[in-house]
Amino acid sequence: MTPSLRRWVFLAAAAGFVAFYLWGLLGLPGFGKYPGPYGFVLNRIAVSQTKATGVVSAVNFDYRGFDTLGEEFILLTAAAGVSIVLRRLRGERERSAVDEAVDRDVPATSSAVRMLALLFTGPVVVVGWWLASHAQTSPSGGFQGGVFLATAFILVYLSGEFLVFKRFSPVDLTDVVEAVGAGGFAAIGVSAVAMGLPYLYNFLPLGTTPGAVSSSGTIVLISFFVGLEVAAAFILIVGELLEQTLLIRRRSG
Amino acid sequence: MQYFPFVVVAWILGVGLYGIVTSRHLVHLIMCLIVVQSSTYVLLLGVGYVTGAVAPYFYDIGVHTPAVDPVVQALALTDVVVEAAVTALLLAFAVQAHKRFGTLDPQELVSLKG
Repeated sequence: MTPSLRRWVFLAAAAGFVAFYLWGLLGLPGFGKYPGPYGFVLNRIAVSQTKATGVVSAVNFDYRGFDTLGEEFILLTAAAGVSIVLRRLRGERERSAVDEAVDRDVPATSSAVRMLALLFTGPVVVVGWWLASHAQTSPSGGFQGGVFLATAFILVYLSGEFLVFKRFSPVDLTDVVEAVGAGGFAAIGVSAVAMGLPYLYNFLPLGTTPGAVSSSGTIVLISFFVGLEVAAAFILIVGELLEQTLLIRRRSG
Repeated sequence: MQYFPFVVVAWILGVGLYGIVTSRHLVHLIMCLIVVQSSTYVLLLGVGYVTGAVAPYFYDIGVHTPAVDPVVQALALTDVVVEAAVTALLLAFAVQAHKRFGTLDPQELVSLKG
C-alpha cells in the first residue's frame, strides 16, 4: 500500500468515525452533567465504609481492587517482556562501555548535574515513601510513590555511572522486590479467602479516624505492595534499556 | 460548548491515529500511540466531571460536598502507569527491530518480513 493510498484510507475511516462519534455525542449527557449513580454513591459511603478519605485510592485498592491487581500484573508482564526482548542476542557480546574515539576525551558529568542529582536523591526517596504510604488520605498511593522511588535510582545513575546504578539496584534484588510487590497484593486477596471472606475483602481493622495513616485496613497495605512493584518494575526497565545502550555490542568480526 | 471536551478527545485520538498511519519511524509511531492513549485520559476525566464539584478527597471537607466521579479517576491513574511500562516494552521491540533489520521505518519493515 502506498503512503498516499494509506492516508486516503485513513481519512475515509476517520470521516466515518467522526460522523458516528458526533451522532453518539448527541445522545450523551453534556460535560459536567455526570448522570451515573456509582460515583456519587461511592463519594457518600466510601469514607465511612473504608475510613479512607481519598476515594480514588479506596476505589483503586478496595472496591476495584481486583481490576488493579490485573493492571499491576500488566506492569509485571511488561517489565518481564522488556527483560526478555532486550536479552543478549546471538552474535552480541556484553562489555563495559569504553571510549572508542581516541582523539577526544569523554565529557565528564558536570558537577552541577552531580550535585543536583545527589541533593534530590534523598528527598525523592522520602517523598516516594510518603506517597506510597498515604494512599488513604491524599491523592497519592503506590503507583505514584513507586515511580518516585524509581526516580531516585535514576538520579543515582545521573550523578554517577551506570555501574553505580547497577550496584544500587542489582537485578536479583529488583526481581525479588518486584515479585514481593506483585505477590503481596495477590496474597492479601488470598488471606481474605482463607478467612472465608470474598477475594481482596478489606479484612484488617479500619481504625476510627478517617484519613489517619493507620486507617483503612488493607488499602494501605496494598498501596505499599503496589509501590514496591511499580518501583522495582521501573528500575528494571530503565536498567535493561541502559544496559542495552551501554553494555551490549554487536560482536565485531 | 457543552460537548467541547469530547470533541477534544476525538481530535487527540485523530491526530494520534494519523501519526501512526503515516509514521516513517518506529519511535515516532510509539509516541503517536501515547498521544492516542492520552485521549482516553481526557475522555475518562471528562465523563466523570461534575460542574462545580471538587476532587473526591474528603480529608478536610464534608462527605456531602459535591465531588467528581472517583471511579474514572482511578482508571486514569492506573492507565498512566501501565502506559509507561507498555511504552518501554514497545521501545525495546524497536531497539531489537533496528538491530535485526537495520531500519526503523515501519513501511520498510513490512516489505522485509524477517
